[in-house]
Amino acid sequence: MSEAIREANGEGRAALVVYLPAGFPDMDTSRACLEAAAEAGADLLEVGFPYSDPLMDGPVIQQANQVAMDAGYTPHDDIEMCAQLDANLDIPSLVMTYYNICWHYRAPDRLAGFARAAADAGLSGAIVPDLPVAESAPWLRVAADVGLASVFLAASTSDDAHLASAADASTGFVYATSTLGVTGTRESLSQRAEPLVSRLRAVTDRPVCVGIGVSTADHAAAVAGFADGVIVGSAAVRAAADGGPVAVKRLVAALAQGCRRGYRAPASSESAR
Amino acid sequence: MHDGHFGRFGGRFVPEVLTTTLDELETAFDKAQADETFAAQMDALRRDYGGRPTKLYLAEHLTAHAGGARIYLKREDLAHTGSHKLCNVLGQGLLAQRMDKRRLIAETGAGQHGVATATIAALLGMECRVYMGEEDCRRQRLNVVRMQLMGAEVTPVTTGTRTLKDAINETMRDWVTNVETTHYLLGSVVGPHPFPMIVREFVKVIGEEVRGELLEREGRLPDAVMACVGGGSNAMGMFHRFITDETVRLIGVEAGGHGLDTDQHSATLVAGTEGILHGARSYVLQDDYGQVHPTHSISAGLDYPGVGPEHAWLRDTGRAEYRAATDAQALEGFRLLCELEGIIPALESAHAVVPAVELARELGPDGIIVVNLSGRGDKDVDEVSHVLEMVTPSDGESDVHAPDRSPAHPPRSSARTSDSPQRAASSSTGGEEG
Ligand SMILES: Cc1ncc(COP(=O)(O)O)c(C=O)c1O
Repeated sequence: MSEAIREANGEGRAALVVYLPAGFPDMDTSRACLEAAAEAGADLLEVGFPYSDPLMDGPVIQQANQVAMDAGYTPHDDIEMCAQLDANLDIPSLVMTYYNICWHYRAPDRLAGFARAAADAGLSGAIVPDLPVAESAPWLRVAADVGLASVFLAASTSDDAHLASAADASTGFVYATSTLGVTGTRESLSQRAEPLVSRLRAVTDRPVCVGIGVSTADHAAAVAGFADGVIVGSAAVRAAADGGPVAVKRLVAALAQGCRRGYRAPASSESAR
Repeated sequence: MHDGHFGRFGGRFVPEVLTTTLDELETAFDKAQADETFAAQMDALRRDYGGRPTKLYLAEHLTAHAGGARIYLKREDLAHTGSHKLCNVLGQGLLAQRMDKRRLIAETGAGQHGVATATIAALLGMECRVYMGEEDCRRQRLNVVRMQLMGAEVTPVTTGTRTLKDAINETMRDWVTNVETTHYLLGSVVGPHPFPMIVREFVKVIGEEVRGELLEREGRLPDAVMACVGGGSNAMGMFHRFITDETVRLIGVEAGGHGLDTDQHSATLVAGTEGILHGARSYVLQDDYGQVHPTHSISAGLDYPGVGPEHAWLRDTGRAEYRAATDAQALEGFRLLCELEGIIPALESAHAVVPAVELARELGPDGIIVVNLSGRGDKDVDEVSHVLEMVTPSDGESDVHAPDRSPAHPPRSSARTSDSPQRAASSSTGGEEG
């Protein structure tokens, strides 16, 4: 997964990571939306598995999750969709869900069962936003066993020790949260993102992607000026809601342009690599 | 000694953005515990402002009705704001002040914790916002007004179940956004470490008072202490001092709603499975995939699919016992206290009454039981009068009578004891023709 990001950077652009939930507005359309995002220039896909209590998510993603859950899809259906997706794609994808979903998958194997199912479905990694590093040992063990990368969140409120441990544990990339708060589209980009990325650069050589509130091509261009990757969630979900795969494709193409237009290779990155 | 776990339960399953703040909270708490001025401040506030210690009342008529063990009531309903919740908010309010947070946010179900938080915010001059499920705003309207009168902003939560679970989600989302200026004043022994530990330390005074006073009056420890369990704070407050007194049974009563054979209840420890919700590993009412179930209880304060991790541990070690009382039993307990003792209890607290009567009969006259009367019932009067009419008379399972359907009769004979003739039937509830 970090290779996909480095490859994009090598081609002179920030990697574009696009989030879309499985099962929204229905399972087939969600797969079509993910494939449209890949075609339009996404470098990584983040597939959300809906959960009843998504406390890191704002209204747009909450509502999409609710639609998928009301339709009766289970995490097993979500995994199944990912397996089908894999056959049609040549970019990596990762699952984003909450810890209770991972822990319940295919009991009594639980976490190990989830990690194995994800790897079997062709997923490359996982983001579990309510799993901080301090609680992650059981997950890291089973993820490593099947070759799944783990992505941890880093926030501007974290002290340097927490930032370093989040970066160390992140085997895919480090997810720098651009702003305090939950997922959702924002008018303007927070001023917190750039200093946070600098602080992370000081403690890690791993790729750093910035997400939460990154909504437009201009935001993407701005983030591409200081980060290795750009993560877009709610704006993509809104496009999927409003215009399905066609709208997703249009948005992602614009975002990809932003990622190229704004990209600046970090000064120290040559020596760091 | 705190690594945030109770056996395998507890922990801290939260977004990274909160971990540094939770560390700071724990540090502030540890410092405060070691600081005599904090202890003195707490003592003075509890006593002069909060009305502690609360009374321990021997409920003679309920005891006679049960015909067994003596039943004492710990009168948390007499504390300022009308419930046990004030002990916790006094402590956390002072902690927030020490951490230089000027804004308090809280979730509330029954509104009692919201009222307590609004109270401390007014007292300490802080900004306050309370999240409350839309459904709970309706059924606990009195408390919404109380919060507003004290200057708090009440935000109705319209997502998910529109009850306590989603009020907690919404408060967490606010906290994640405003963590630098804001303290989340969590209202029960739930959530990520250090909350379950901190809240317990602030409410354990309940059991300490009971133990001291009962030893003085009865010369011995009780056979059992009982309390209703929503998130578990009033029960933990009652239990904690007794955990090492092995002869004392600790009995928690959860909300059995329409019955455990339906999915309309909130009996997490009795009928739930292990999972991770709201930052901690504990028991959860959820499906096989880990999606959390909607719950039901007649009482908003117990209508929650999670429970504090220390209770999960007490359950698994067998140190505490948990049972469930249905909506109908809670209503019966409510009426027993109204009619026999002249005390209108919170519907939450009322859940422990019928199980206490049953246990009193089992233990016999030599026994002693203490029930935590965690709050008063003013907030429930509207809802109860409404529900009582719905429950009768066709519902065969319940023999609760709507007062206005049996105007000519004294209240349920079982609610009176034949051996207290001076209290026979004239009655306050038979009248009032609808
Ligand atoms: C009077 C009263 N008792 C009990 C509860 C349940 O909470 P806990 O289990 O934390 O004591 C509430 C919650 O709102 C309450 O208001």
